Amino acid sequence: MKEIIILAEHRRGELRDVTWEMVSEGRQLAKSLGAETAVALLGKGVNGMAEALKPAAHRVLLIEDDRLEAFNSETYEKVLVQLITERKPFLTLIGHTAMGMDLAPGLAARLKMPLATDCIGIDPKDETFSLTRQIYGGKINAEVSFLKRGPYMITLRSGAFPVQERDPLPGEIVPIPSPLTDEGLARRFLQYVEAAAGEVDITQADILVSVGRGIKDAENVPVVKELADALGGALACSRPVADKKWLPKGCQVGTSGKTVKPKVYIAVGISGAFQHIAGMKGAGAIIAINKDPKAPIFSVAQYGIVGDLFKIIPALKAKIKELRK
Amino acid sequence: MNIIVCVKRVPETAEADVTIDKSGKDIDKSGLVFDLNEWDSYAVEEAILLKEKLGGTVTVLSMGGEDSNESIRKCMAMGADDALRLDDPAFAGSDGYATAKVLAEAIRNIPYDLILTGTQAEDDGYGQVGATLAELLGIPHATLVNSLEVKEKKVEVHRELEGGLEEVVEIDLPAALTIQTGINEPRYVSIMGIRKVAKKEIKALGASALNLKPEEVGLSGSDIRLEKVFLPPVGGGAQMLEGKPEEIAQKVFDILKDKGGLA
Repeated sequence: MKEIIILAEHRRGELRDVTWEMVSEGRQLAKSLGAETAVALLGKGVNGMAEALKPAAHRVLLIEDDRLEAFNSETYEKVLVQLITERKPFLTLIGHTAMGMDLAPGLAARLKMPLATDCIGIDPKDETFSLTRQIYGGKINAEVSFLKRGPYMITLRSGAFPVQERDPLPGEIVPIPSPLTDEGLARRFLQYVEAAAGEVDITQADILVSVGRGIKDAENVPVVKELADALGGALACSRPVADKKWLPKGCQVGTSGKTVKPKVYIAVGISGAFQHIAGMKGAGAIIAINKDPKAPIFSVAQYGIVGDLFKIIPALKAKIKELRK
Repeated sequence: MNIIVCVKRVPETAEADVTIDKSGKDIDKSGLVFDLNEWDSYAVEEAILLKEKLGGTVTVLSMGGEDSNESIRKCMAMGADDALRLDDPAFAGSDGYATAKVLAEAIRNIPYDLILTGTQAEDDGYGQVGATLAELLGIPHATLVNSLEVKEKKVEVHRELEGGLEEVVEIDLPAALTIQTGINEPRYVSIMGIRKVAKKEIKALGASALNLKPEEVGLSGSDIRLEKVFLPPVGGGAQMLEGKPEEIAQKVFDILKDKGGLA
């Protein structure tokens, strides 16, 4: 029977959400393809995770090895080249994450397997797949097809596939011997480090005013900071503002920054790249101010203002000062 | 320290009004400004910082038509020494994999210690070229690098993970690294700076010079093909607040009170 291999992603002893998203999507695909799902779980002391995954897939392929304690694309590639060569899955699913971006391209090239990265939709079609991806920073969607015959590899965007409740499967855990040896590695994992915390903890604020690329220049940032102050809220930002060092990294909202859930989130000059939205979509209410009426931020916001932030922000600040007196 | 940086010229779309062209397979690029891919500008800056510290050369590689010379010259004005443009009608339609193949063949003829690429491109966003390139060249790699330090025959890098976490890994040289935005502050390039490098030669190589057969590159050498593009479906859609700035301000104030955010 055809098999879909799903690579479990975990870090510091915890399965990551994208694993469950892939398992859910994999079950859906398996159903329409008449296939079975197998979760490949690589790690050290991950029996608990294997047990947790067991009811969600037809089987868990468990590869335990001390050398697999932390992710390393070099060790992962060695293990997966052997596993995929032996099991010949019709499809391999990997997260388009810091882990998958590091692993999938090399693995696919080594296996000479066609790869489609960062997909947000997968439709099986005549022994192949039609894929949906986002291009131009999420402003445009693209339908993409494979030019080569399978087996295929697809990386899935984290947060793009819903986790659906399904009947548990009997499942089984299949231990597989690790092919790794003590042979030296060209890449070695050393340690994890936490990014330096900012002065203000933006995850604790009830009102967050968040500033993006639309602010144009570092010297304009205080305009938005004054609004945040007038509201008794905190100032946050999207990635481009932190990249340019206009605000500290600790203020950054999004996949690689903080996930926030304030009562109100005001997005100022933020177009709404997926990575940003992933970090703030849980806010109670979202108000977006952007000059581009097509900015993706308006599809997640409850309230939208199309216009020049340099006119709207001062007016808002003045109004708030007046009304809060 | 000899460093190769792979770059791409892309349309700037972050702040632009983007529409779909008549073919339905791409955006209308007629009114758009093109520039060096943002991730690549950080990669070039990082290469030049390393050169300034350790000596050596920086060579820029770009797959693209003559238009790409503009972005390549920007890299040279920043401080890159040499450049090579990979240009052939057969390269058209290359996906991430086919692009990596072309770059790999060009790199085989150049001595290097380190290859830098941007983590991804602003346009197609595959995020795969750097890591594929490393595999094709048989060298180790690390993606999403947001800090690095060269130590003897190895490089210690920080990789940006999710949620503010980073991992530190050590890699033997030669290696390929994909650079994340924010790793440095790319230097400003003046018009004078561009003028100074306007006469510098940018050599162009085609498929045959790289010993690549037409069927290995472009669309026929690719894994995937773009079939059509469309505007993303709009979610629930925001309720739009309209009026003069003062009127909008009043509405926002009411929302803030109503949603409990404003005490």
